[in-house]
Parts: sequence; structure tokens; C-alpha cells
Amino acid sequence: MEAVNANNFEAVVLKHDGIVVVDFNADWCGPCQMLKPVLEQMATENPSVKFVGVNVDQNAALAREYGVMSIPCVVVIKNGQEITRHVGLASKTDLQNILQGIQA
Amino acid sequence: MTYDIVVIGAGIAGLTAAIYGRRANKKVLVLESRTYGGQIVSTKSIENYPAAMGISGFEFATKIYEQAVALGAEIKFENVMEVIDGAEKQVKTNQTTHLAKTVIIATGSKNRTMGLANEEKWLGRGISYCATCDGAFFKNKVVAVVGGGNTALGDAIYLADIAQKVYLIHRRNQFNAEAALIEQVQAKPNVTIVNNAQVVGLLGDHQLTGLDIIANGTAQQLIVDGLFVAVGRVPENEKFANVVDLDHNGYIVANETCETGTAGIFVAGDCRTKEVRQLVTAAGDAAVAATHAIKYINQL
Repeated sequence: MEAVNANNFEAVVLKHDGIVVVDFNADWCGPCQMLKPVLEQMATENPSVKFVGVNVDQNAALAREYGVMSIPCVVVIKNGQEITRHVGLASKTDLQNILQGIQA
Repeated sequence: MTYDIVVIGAGIAGLTAAIYGRRANKKVLVLESRTYGGQIVSTKSIENYPAAMGISGFEFATKIYEQAVALGAEIKFENVMEVIDGAEKQVKTNQTTHLAKTVIIATGSKNRTMGLANEEKWLGRGISYCATCDGAFFKNKVVAVVGGGNTALGDAIYLADIAQKVYLIHRRNQFNAEAALIEQVQAKPNVTIVNNAQVVGLLGDHQLTGLDIIANGTAQQLIVDGLFVAVGRVPENEKFANVVDLDHNGYIVANETCETGTAGIFVAGDCRTKEVRQLVTAAGDAAVAATHAIKYINQL
């Protein structure tokens, strides 16, 4: 999963033509570590969707801009616009259902 | 195919039960609705588990998970909807039905909410149930903690060093917490204790901006950027009420043998009626429940 930051967020996420799943996380956040392999697996199973991570410690302004106040926080962006988000741990099924809802 | 043991929940109790089941060469399936590890994954550093001081909750949970898998336990991410008793027990999930000779329920507990309308809508937009996870987002801001137990006071003390100001909102006029914590929280100059108070409304448009509270019978508003909810935990056992007895708080009734009233159905960890809910007692329950399950299977 590609790590993005404030410098390349616009180019990698907002200008992307399609769906991007942005995982706001931190190294010290246990639930974030739990969620990471779930998202990585989803990335291989959903090649048409881009999965990226944002470290909130290194990108506090970006996290603030997106109103992230609790992590893990998964924000789904389509053609530059936030479609939905999920806060906290989730099962792969939950997240897959969210993606399918958007793709439908 | 029939499993010897189907474990419901892949927290510390569930995974430990799987280890014991596999060590006795039983066919074990663990069902988990979210991710393995349970409540402990939110803990930054474990200080009270023998021989594992300072380990993170994530690492601790991952090691137990890897141990269970290495020993041959199957782990599936399915949500259990119902258990039906019988000569073979049926464990119905959102995906399929599994057959089992024994079932070990190890579903743990979840954060108790305040019970306000739309409370979950504010999760991640100002409301948090984990101060150590989310406190850093409130540097130099104003936050409130609701609750009066050890967790609430610990949260208030932790947040006092990060936030500009902390309101500690408690529905009674005395805390139900350790004396040392009460002293510490009272010594924090930027913690304001609001007794006899209840949060009755959440204010804000996109993000939380304040609280409607009633304190000593008077309605007032507090301007806050964040609210940390620490009003205890509740079990999630209602769906098993057809096969086990629940106490008035929803915990599965069983004594130290971890046997429920139904033969072949056992319970382990925080979801059981018990005095002490700790990692080590969850693991202890699991050893007992699995051992009794193994004995039960061997006598079939």
C-alpha cells in the first residue's frame, strides 16, 4: 500500500480517475496495525481501486483537513470527492460492502 | 464435517481456547466478526501480563493468533448469528452453518455508549472511546471525558497533559475509582470536574463543537472539540440467550468451570459472569473451558 503525504496527496489521490481508499493511520495505533493487512489483501483483490496510507503523525495538517479525529479512519474518495468513510476497526466484509456500494 | 470445538470470538480468550484445543489434537474452528485480538489491540503497552511486560496489544494479539494458526486452528472471519443446541450444535453465521460437538463462547465486550440519538454518527468527528488512541488529535484543544470509573479518570489524567482543558463529567458526586487516580485528577489544574451531570445532547454540524449537559438539575452548554466516552463496557450475548443463561447485565452465567447450563457449550473471558476481567483471567478461562470441552468430547 503506497504511503502518501501532503506533497503528493493531490496528484496521487485527488487527481486519480476512479476510487481511492485512503487509510489514515499511525505507527502507535494498534487497531491501525490490525487493519493494514486487511486493506492490503483488499488491494490485491480489487485491482481497479487504489489503496493508499497517510501517516497522521507525519501529515497532521492533511489529517486535520479531512477532519480525522479518530484512527484508523478509512476515507473513500472517488474522482477527488469523499464518498464515505469508516472509523475504527472493520472486517474485510464490511469494507468490501462499502466498496461494492460505491461501485454499483 | 463436524468440528470438535467451534470458538466464537478471536480475542485473547478465544485464541487461547483454540491453542488448548489443538494441543489436544481436536479439530478447532475460530469465528471472528471483525479482526483478531479483541479489546487488547487498542492498548499501547501491556504492563500486567507475566513475562510480556511492555509488549503492545497488537503484538501480543498477533503472537497468540500466530500460535493458534501454527498449531492448526482454522480461523474464519464470519459473523455468528445464532447457536442451536442439539446432538450436533449448529453455529449459524452470516455466510454458512458450521457443525460442532462443542462451542466455546468468547465474545468479550464492547464499549458502552451514552445512549444518545445519533451517537455513532459522531464517532471520529469528535467522539472517541479511546483516549490513548485519539488524544493526540486534541492537542491544545478543549475536551470532555464522561464517566466516573478508573478508565474515565485515567483518560482525564492522560488528556490533561495534551489538551488545553478537560471537563470530567460524572453523573454522581463521587467517583468509583482508585484513590490514587482521584488524587491525580484533582491535582490537575486544567481538569474541571462536573459532578451530578449528564450529557443530554451533542452539538455541531460536521464536527462536534459542544455538549448540552444537565448539571445539578440545570441545563447548560459546554464548548468542546472532543468528547471521550468512558462509561464502561457491555457484553454482546443477546443472540445466545436461547442456549445459555444471561445475568441482568447480559453476561453469560457460568462459574469457574466455564460450563454453561447447556451441555457442550462453554464460555470464556470477559463475556462470562466474573469479578476480574483481565488478560490473564481471559487466558485462564480459556484453558479451563477448552479442557472441559475436550473432556466432554472424549466422553461422547
